[in-house]
Order: sequence, then C-alpha cells, then structure tokens
Amino acid sequence: MQSTKANYSEKLMQAVFYLSALISIIAVIAICLFLLLRGIPAIGEIGIMEFILNEKWKPTDYPPSYGILSMIVGSTYVTAGAIAIGVPIGLMCAVFLAKFCPDTVYKIAKPAVNLLAGIPSIVYGFFGMEVIVPFLRENFGGNGFSILSSSIILGIMILPTIISISESSIRSVPLSYEEGSLGLGATKEETVFKIVLPAAKSGVFTSIILGIGRAVGETMAVVMVAGNAVMPLDKIKLLKPIRTLTTNIVTEMSYASGLHEESLIATGVVLFVFIIILNTALSLIKTRDAKN
Amino acid sequence: MDVLRRRKTISLILKLTVWFCGILTVGILIYILLFILLRGVPKINMEFLFGEYNSDTLSAFSSVVTTIEMVIISLFISVPIGVFCAIYLTEYAKRGNKTVKVIRLAVDTLAGIPSIVFGLFGMILFVKLLGFRASVLSGICTLSIMILPLIISSSEEAIKSVPDMYREGSLGLGAGRLRTVFRIVLPTAMPGILSGIILAIGRIVGETAALIFTSGTNVLKNPTLDLMASQRTLAIHMYMLASEGLPHSKEMAFATGSILIIIVFLVNYTTTKLAGRIGRLSDE
Repeated sequence: MQSTKANYSEKLMQAVFYLSALISIIAVIAICLFLLLRGIPAIGEIGIMEFILNEKWKPTDYPPSYGILSMIVGSTYVTAGAIAIGVPIGLMCAVFLAKFCPDTVYKIAKPAVNLLAGIPSIVYGFFGMEVIVPFLRENFGGNGFSILSSSIILGIMILPTIISISESSIRSVPLSYEEGSLGLGATKEETVFKIVLPAAKSGVFTSIILGIGRAVGETMAVVMVAGNAVMPLDKIKLLKPIRTLTTNIVTEMSYASGLHEESLIATGVVLFVFIIILNTALSLIKTRDAKN
Repeated sequence: MDVLRRRKTISLILKLTVWFCGILTVGILIYILLFILLRGVPKINMEFLFGEYNSDTLSAFSSVVTTIEMVIISLFISVPIGVFCAIYLTEYAKRGNKTVKVIRLAVDTLAGIPSIVFGLFGMILFVKLLGFRASVLSGICTLSIMILPLIISSSEEAIKSVPDMYREGSLGLGAGRLRTVFRIVLPTAMPGILSGIILAIGRIVGETAALIFTSGTNVLKNPTLDLMASQRTLAIHMYMLASEGLPHSKEMAFATGSILIIIVFLVNYTTTKLAGRIGRLSDE
C-alpha cells in the first residue's frame, strides 16, 4: 500500500518536472507566434522589399512610408562600433586577468568585472547622456548624440560578456601548451599571444557573438545617447544622431496605432531574426567544439 | 641580436597593453560608480524614499514598493518552474534524449532574446489579447518568462555539481528517486540555486525595456499593491526622471540611480558569497 502511494507521487512529480521543462519550449513558440502573427501582416501590407530596403520612415505622413533600412544600417554601425571598442579592450583585459594579474589585483578586478555586468542599462544610458554626450559635444562639435556615443556606451556594456567568457576559455587551455612554448625560449607574452590565445579561439568567438547579441538588442542605453533621428543613408555619419531597430520601437510605440503599430512590431520581428541568426552561429560553434 | 631586442620590445609593449586594458576596465567601473553615487547619495532623504509622489518630491516610494512586489511574485512563478525544469534535465532525462536537446535550444534562445522583444510580446499577449491592460500583472507575466533561462541554467549547474555518491548513498539506503531529489540533491544544490535567484532579482530590478509597454510608466501618489494598476518600477522611474530633462528631476535621477547601484552591489556581494560556498562544497 505504502509503496503504491510512493509510486504514485513519484509518477506525478515526474510529470510535473516534465511539464515544467516544456514551458521554455512553449514560451519560445508563443513569442515567435505572437510576434509573427502581429508583424507579418504588416510586412505583407507594406511589402517586404519596401519595408527592409527603403530608407524613408514617415509613418504619420499621408501617404505614409514605412522603410526601416536606415535603422538596420544604424543598428549595424552602432554594433560594429561597440565591437571595435569592446572586443580589443575586453580581450586584453581577459588575458590580463587570466595570465598577468597578481592575486591581490585579481581580488579587486574580478568582482569589478562582475559588477560591470550587473549595472542596469538605464544607469549606463544615464552615464552616457551625462558624461559621454557632453564630452563629444565639446570636443568634436555637433550635439553629441551620435553613433560614436552609442558605440562607446555599448562597447563598455559588452566588456563583461567578452571578458568573462574569454577569460575562462583562456584558463581552460592546457598548461602543457604554455610550458612547451616557454621551454623553447619564447617570452611569456609571445606564448600567451601566439599559443594560448589561438587555442582559446572558439571561446573568444563565442564571447564576441554574445557581445554582438547584447549590443544589437540593447534599447534603453542607446535611446538615451543616440539622438534617435531617422537619417537618410547618405547623411549617416559617426558624429551624427542615429536610430536603431530597438530605439525605433521604444520611441514610437507609446503613440502608434494601426499599421504604424504593426510596423513597429515588424521591426521587432526583424530584430528577432537577427538574434536567431546569432544563436544559430553560437550553436554551430558549440557543436564544432563538441566534435573536436 | 637585433631580432632578440625586437622580440623583447614587442613583449614589453604587449605586457603594457594588457595591464593598461585591465586597469582601464576597472577604472571605467569606478568612474561610473563615483559619478552616480557622489551626486546621487546626498540627494537620498526620507521624503524621497518614503514620501508621497508629487512634482516636488519626485518620491520613489511607490516605485520601490512596485519593484519589490514584482520581484516577489515573478520569483514565485519562475523559481518552481525553473528548478523543476533543471531537475528534469539533470535527474530524469535520459542521455541523448531528443526533448532535452529541444529544451536546451529553447532555454538558450530565451536567454538571447532582447528585453525589448519580451516587452513587445508582453504587450501583444498580456496587455492586449488577454486584456490585462498596462498593469503590474502584465509586467510580472513578462518578467517571469524573461528570468526563466537564468534560473534554469544556474539551477542546472548547481544540481550537476552535486557529487553522484550523495545520490548513490541515498538510493542505496532505500530512498526513492523523488525523495533523493528533494532531501539530498536540492538542499546540497541550494547555494547555487539561490545565487541564480539573486541574479534574477538583479535583472528584474534593473529592467526597463520589457516593462515600459507592459506595466507602463504611470506613477501613483501613494504605493499600491493592486495588480491591475499601471505603476512604474524603480528603473523606469529613473528613465522618466532622466528624460524629463529638468534640473530637479535630473538630480533625482542620480538619487534613483544610486539606489539601483546599491541594490546591484548587494546582489553581487551575496552571489559571490554563495558561489564561494559552492566552491568549498565541491572541494570537500
């Protein structure tokens, strides 16, 4: 009797565990489904070519025009800028933490990197608005809200991602590699940069892709420093304001309705496709690693 | 001889660059922290923390209460689901199971989705389709899904790090699988699970983009626990104050930012302590 009861609760809880595990799948399907259901009709109505290859975004004009090319380019530039700033600094910092940093410094530097990861994006945005934007305005002219200010703030924001993943992959390179190189007379720096770093490259790539994902998807920090003006393609400059895919949604959603609102959701769909592509790249790296 | 000197110079330059980048990263953090805290902390007073909201006080009280409410209820929904999912993945699923692969893929995908997309989804499903309108409830539903991958992966890591001999001991003494999970595995994995929960708290407290169209930017004079009210959280309070652009509201944005940073500080401190305990556990 006792054992059948135990058996029963065992079966029941097993079902509960299984159902809980399925919830993530259901959530992903629901997110895809609802975004597509609300976004695809708008893309159909506007025309996919017109939507992603037209630079004119005039949703409140008559007749309206819904082209997001300028924002796709904007997101690309801002992300490229963030990578150009964040990856070299982050990678060097990871090398520093893994191979050069004395223990006493590590005890300060490691928590500092973790803290950098925990700071909310709104605080980064506010810092950018109060420090980076005025700095650019005073030293380079213009109003300071620009691709450059967005790239700098995003570059800082992706640092912890780049650093922690690269650091752990550098640490996982077998010490024998290093000893071999040092034994042959290479300096410590040559060993780290020519032997250890190449051996850690899949971890470094993973960190860069995660960094790209974070930069492409970041909204609140960018909306506070980018200026958010829709620029014609030939007017897009490093020191000029820019609008990205994410900030397009956040600046206009509060007053949009009808096709305008749906076109903003469709902007979210385009963003989602970007992220899916990045995720696929990540799992490709993972499976390649598993094979080696 | 010349080659050797060149190699030495290059090595020296590399070493200096590496040190410079390390110091730069820490320097950026210290600069951001000091910049916000030095201007913000002196502005924090009783009226700002516990007063009624109006255009003079710009009090954060009702936002703080809403933030706490959201944290508690979202965790209440997500933690059981996330931990159960982790239990399934580590203790019950068979190796090479197809479902496990799909679940892992789903968790990774969820983890990579930007907040603004969660916000859009919450707006479409909870605010409009289910008729929750812009409310704390819509915000909670959205957040619960958003923090799920965080809870799942930290719980999974924690459960995996429980040594197999613990399980074998328990099973060998005649305890069932379920009993072993709840009496042996989960208590041992608790520090790791807790650190995931604390990280999730940090994520909720700092979240803006997912909430702006779900729980909204509205602010009430006095705190309410009404789930159907549209009410901003602390992070959105900061965003609104910062974007109003008035000198007084900007000063209060510094104060709100300081509170957020202090919370992040506490969150990081606690997770590091917990992680230390796990480290010691697996050394034993």
